[in-house]
Amino acid sequence: MKTKLATMALGAVMAAGPVMADLVFPSLSYRTGPYAAGGIPFADGYADYFTLLNERDGGIGGVPAKVIECETGYNTEKGVECYESTKGEGALVYQPLSTGITYQLIPKTTADGIPMHTMGYGRTSAKNGGVFSHTFNYPANYWDGASGAINYLLEENGGDLNGKKVALVYHNSAYGKEPIRTLEELSKKHGFELVALPVDHPGQEQKSQWLQIRRDKPDYVLMWGWGVMNQVAVQEAANIRFPMENFIGIWWSGSENDVLPAGEAANGYKALTFHNVGSDFPLYDDLNKYVIDAGKAAGAGDQVGTVLYNRGLYAAMLAAEAAKKAQEISGNAEITPADMRDGMEALEITEAKMSELGLPNFGPTFSVSCENHGGDALVGVTQWDAATKTWSLISEFKPTDGDVIGPLITEDSSAYAAENNIDPRC
Amino acid sequence: MFYREAGDFKVSYVDDSQTFPIKFDRYRYYVVLAVAFGIIPFIINDYWANALLLPFLIYAIAAIGLNILVGYCGQVSLGTGGFMAVGAYACYKLMTAFPDVSMFIHVILAGGITAIVGVLFGLPSLRIKGFYLAVATLAAQFFLVWLFNRVPWFYNYSASGQINAPERDVFGIIITGPNAPAWATYVFCLIFLTLCAVVARNLTRGTTGRTWMAIRDMDIAAEIIGVNPLKAKLTAFAVSSFFVGISGALFFAVYLGAVEVGEVFGIQKSFLVLFMIIIGGLGSIFGSFAGAAFLVLLPVVLKVVGADWMGWPTDIVAHLQLVIVGALIILFLILEPHGLAQLWRVAKEKLRLWPFPH
Repeated sequence: MKTKLATMALGAVMAAGPVMADLVFPSLSYRTGPYAAGGIPFADGYADYFTLLNERDGGIGGVPAKVIECETGYNTEKGVECYESTKGEGALVYQPLSTGITYQLIPKTTADGIPMHTMGYGRTSAKNGGVFSHTFNYPANYWDGASGAINYLLEENGGDLNGKKVALVYHNSAYGKEPIRTLEELSKKHGFELVALPVDHPGQEQKSQWLQIRRDKPDYVLMWGWGVMNQVAVQEAANIRFPMENFIGIWWSGSENDVLPAGEAANGYKALTFHNVGSDFPLYDDLNKYVIDAGKAAGAGDQVGTVLYNRGLYAAMLAAEAAKKAQEISGNAEITPADMRDGMEALEITEAKMSELGLPNFGPTFSVSCENHGGDALVGVTQWDAATKTWSLISEFKPTDGDVIGPLITEDSSAYAAENNIDPRC
Repeated sequence: MFYREAGDFKVSYVDDSQTFPIKFDRYRYYVVLAVAFGIIPFIINDYWANALLLPFLIYAIAAIGLNILVGYCGQVSLGTGGFMAVGAYACYKLMTAFPDVSMFIHVILAGGITAIVGVLFGLPSLRIKGFYLAVATLAAQFFLVWLFNRVPWFYNYSASGQINAPERDVFGIIITGPNAPAWATYVFCLIFLTLCAVVARNLTRGTTGRTWMAIRDMDIAAEIIGVNPLKAKLTAFAVSSFFVGISGALFFAVYLGAVEVGEVFGIQKSFLVLFMIIIGGLGSIFGSFAGAAFLVLLPVVLKVVGADWMGWPTDIVAHLQLVIVGALIILFLILEPHGLAQLWRVAKEKLRLWPFPH
């Protein structure tokens, strides 16, 4: 433990050593490859929010923010290269936007003393901050998503899912497999039948899965997809005339890119979410004024206001708020990754704070603590309207089934703690 | 002038048949070894280790393995990714089942397990050849990836299906896990690469290698002069898979630390290693090194030049990388179909005559 602490301290010193002129927020983005459709808007939103802070407020607490972009292509090997090449620049927080890269970085960031925020992806049991000291996954995780979807279906069916059949179409990777355990528990609890249908990377070939859905006739289909897999699934669902209102995607399967290719046929498709959609927020006035009209938007600037752009904004907003919190705690404007971690652990997002930032009712309210790195697990549902080409929130952010998820998180995180000899901090 | 046989007198057969008969070559080899073992470990940092050197060393082992099968024995294989996965999962199971055993033993055992699997999938090579064998090994690739995705025993029933390398050591020095120092991981992989290269080089110069090459050049003729095709082909599969298994184990345990079989050991990996030996040079140990270096280092160099120095948008750099690497591959294959190793051979030929070519 002593050597571990020493390495951690050394890592923090090394990471904090170089020029401290800026607050560095690396963006491990992917603007190429089969997942680029999701990676581009997120990276644009992430960069634009920091540009806005720099242009409007002169940075965070007077220190300019610097976004270093590194292309991973959703590939773990390139993710490692990106992590190693950016960590020496004084990186404050990593947001890899990939569950595979997250799994790799959890031990590395912990050893190097740099926090990582995996917002709505990554390892679900990282919610247990006692074990995962440097990993945060607020405001919601996959198991909340699974439970949120089932809760929504329960609501639709008057609280009873007995005898119903629910199919899960999932990306055959760590990401897609995450919800299965929770859904199995929930199927035992609520008496529905679960059919899991894996789709292999990158997901362009789904004929057999949808043929099986056509044959089995499940009442509902849930989807854990990403990138090109989403559009193909929505198109295939339309081809077999599966009722779109019974087809619910996770938040990574609920952007404009996923439904536009199917046109009218995608009308009524639903997706979970942990933040609001659209561009009807006061923040967008500032964004237009300081960033977009000034020609400083990241990328092509054509993603503004889309679901994933909003998610990038939201991720950047949470990072900036945590940085402010860290400045407040440490009393130092030029914070280190260790300060940033403390700031993230003390983060509290209230309605008042979101309104003040120009994002009223943008996301759920939550607070982070050592025991809970995952926020309060509130999940909403959005629906696609093909005629107006807009997503709208049809179910407010509601709590998920903590009775099922809590024990699963404890079980998984204590297994990790035992494997890696970690003494829970709290 | 410097690079010549003249004046370098050999007084025994052992001297005469050594790997580097020319003095200059021999000293160069010692210098490379001295730099790799004696200097780099002291100046290495995390970035150099994880972004450049570890992938180079590990891919070089895989390339040597595949080169034995494809370059020396002429059996086309597209199952490299699958065999690397066998090495990785075998290493994971061994690491978690016997935590106190040294990593050296785990990696070598993982190679051994892969060799057994490789022989099994090599059996069809006795009946089918060329493209058809490529298809059969392609089946191995897909089957193995499917197997590791499908059977939870292989990933110890973890919820995500990922395997994570726990912290393990050799003689008290941590080799795997996030706290492993960069120099230790580098030296660990370097030792394996050196051993593999020496073994491969000597195997290919001996009887075994000659039977492989006889099979490659014309299997019927080889059989007539007394080469046992069963033995030759299966030993090639075994030795090749052993090396590929070692590289898979190192790739997972030392380099990445966490692996998702479909993404890391997919068909792209098989093609990547195959491209390495085609560009480097089929039937050449040096070619395996050159090919691995070319395909590992070039993308990183292009990224550093394009994104970090020139400040171009990252997506443009990523696309340019594909264009440039693709164009270079085509150029190489047109200008030098025998790969980088042939360029090296020609250069040595020229050096031998320099400065008085006739």
